[in-house]
Amino acid sequence: MTEIFGRFDFDVIARWIVPGERVLDLGCGDGSLLKFLKAEKGIRGYGVDNDPHNVLASIRNGVNVLQFDLEKGLAGVDDDAFDHVIMSLSLQTVRHTVPLVQEMLRVGHEAVVSFPNFGHRSHREAIAKGRMPVSEALPYQWFNSPNVRFFTIADFEALCADNGIVVHEGLFFDEGRAVTEDPNLNADVALYRLGRG
Amino acid sequence: MNSVGVVTPQRVTFGAPITLKGGVTLPGFELVYETYGELNAEGSNAVLVCHALSGSHHVAGIYADEPKNVGWWDNLVGPGKPLDTNRFFVVGVNNLGGCYGSTGPMSLNPASGKPYGADFPVVTVEDWVAAQARLADHLGINCWAAVVGGSLGGMQAMEWTLQFPDRIRHALVIASAPKLSAQNIAFNELARQAILSDPDFHGGHYYEHGVVPVNGLRLARMVGHITYLSDDQMGEKFGRELKNDKLSYGYGVDFQIESYLRYQGDRFTTYFDANTYLITTKALDYFDPARDYEGDLQAALARAKANFFVASFSTDWRFAPERSQEIVYALMHNGRDVSYAEIECSAGHDSFLLDDAHYHAVLGAYLDRIET
Repeated sequence: MTEIFGRFDFDVIARWIVPGERVLDLGCGDGSLLKFLKAEKGIRGYGVDNDPHNVLASIRNGVNVLQFDLEKGLAGVDDDAFDHVIMSLSLQTVRHTVPLVQEMLRVGHEAVVSFPNFGHRSHREAIAKGRMPVSEALPYQWFNSPNVRFFTIADFEALCADNGIVVHEGLFFDEGRAVTEDPNLNADVALYRLGRG
Repeated sequence: MNSVGVVTPQRVTFGAPITLKGGVTLPGFELVYETYGELNAEGSNAVLVCHALSGSHHVAGIYADEPKNVGWWDNLVGPGKPLDTNRFFVVGVNNLGGCYGSTGPMSLNPASGKPYGADFPVVTVEDWVAAQARLADHLGINCWAAVVGGSLGGMQAMEWTLQFPDRIRHALVIASAPKLSAQNIAFNELARQAILSDPDFHGGHYYEHGVVPVNGLRLARMVGHITYLSDDQMGEKFGRELKNDKLSYGYGVDFQIESYLRYQGDRFTTYFDANTYLITTKALDYFDPARDYEGDLQAALARAKANFFVASFSTDWRFAPERSQEIVYALMHNGRDVSYAEIECSAGHDSFLLDDAHYHAVLGAYLDRIET
């Protein structure tokens, strides 16, 4: 779903990637983030996606793509196989959130996660008016959303604290502009660089 | 979508001896092959298509005198098709030990002046690839742009990356497995026992007796066919539909599935050789590149340098998606470039031969990426 935000999300992620790294991109969509990181950072890696159309699009984009079901975990992947395991705007589409983040930090030295912040002001206002939020960050109706987990920045940080996941860095954005003040209220997207406890 | 049209098989004789994995040395051998498209000046656009158990060198097109004899992967190979003969020079070859014209059990044994029959040595996937490499030399192909195969053909593609890592740029391993499971071997053994126990088998020298172990070969094919199809598809295609309107309360054909299996079995005995069937099932059973590495597939694949495309089919229970994933994980461990697609298709193992739109789109997209 990276296409929703275009490249700003990519640029931030690219800043955290060292040239030549091994990268795994979970929920890689059409493979454009990997293609971007290959071109900009010379990374080696794989995308994972379970949607046949995304697999086809990724192959057409010239990146390695593996059609795996993330809900089944990454059992076949070695510990520490990757420098970074990325999940760009897909964490909210996965049911087994904690096991997956733990898998990311098993197969990768660090994890990079971005997600739409359900706590954003506009979403709170929509709920206050009695309707589920629909926005640029959450562009779906409640009945057709691929998202199965709805959480805020505060929720995610609590989850990390409860599960011994170290937050190395968090960056917050509202319509692509950096947010520093009260991100849980003001940011529509959060990006985190996570490590093992 | 055009056909490659009328094609003509070719034959090449290799005078130098070949020592097989089982220890036997053949003084020389012949291979029958077909080519489609043009080899470019650099020799960099050649693609080898490897056949599975009952396939042949006749991958695409038709014969002038047999317009209904369409190549077994004609839906994939041709001008404008996913394996595009406008870009690629495609080679199909009948493997050593085969029954479509390459040296095999039906060939004359120079030592006896009679057909080899059961005296033809068991050949392996490794031997096939070694023989295919001689064909590559003959055709002036130093490095294949790609080697493509489904099922047992996929094993050959994998073996190319191990035996000749510098002579293959891409391996397309479809509906395949890194080795057979006990259940796979069990089905092969059932097929072999059917042939071996046929009174007309004559210890493999049935040619001399002017007979064919029809019943055994037929039964072998029937067993094979069950493993190629999925339960779902068999249910959809045949269900419990009766051949005639009522039950016979006898042992004739009652159900359509019985009729279908008998038909497939009967037809097979008219064109396939029982000794080749035995050899080929053994080649399947023996294939296990990890065997020399204490079962460690990651270590076995470490010497591969090719890029891989691996595909499996959701309803294939003969070589289930998990078997393809074993290959993928081992390649990931070695940092190889690999893409993997699990195609939703109801037709079981045989899906790899069908022209499912998404399957062909994915395969075509990967092939389009290959530089010539």
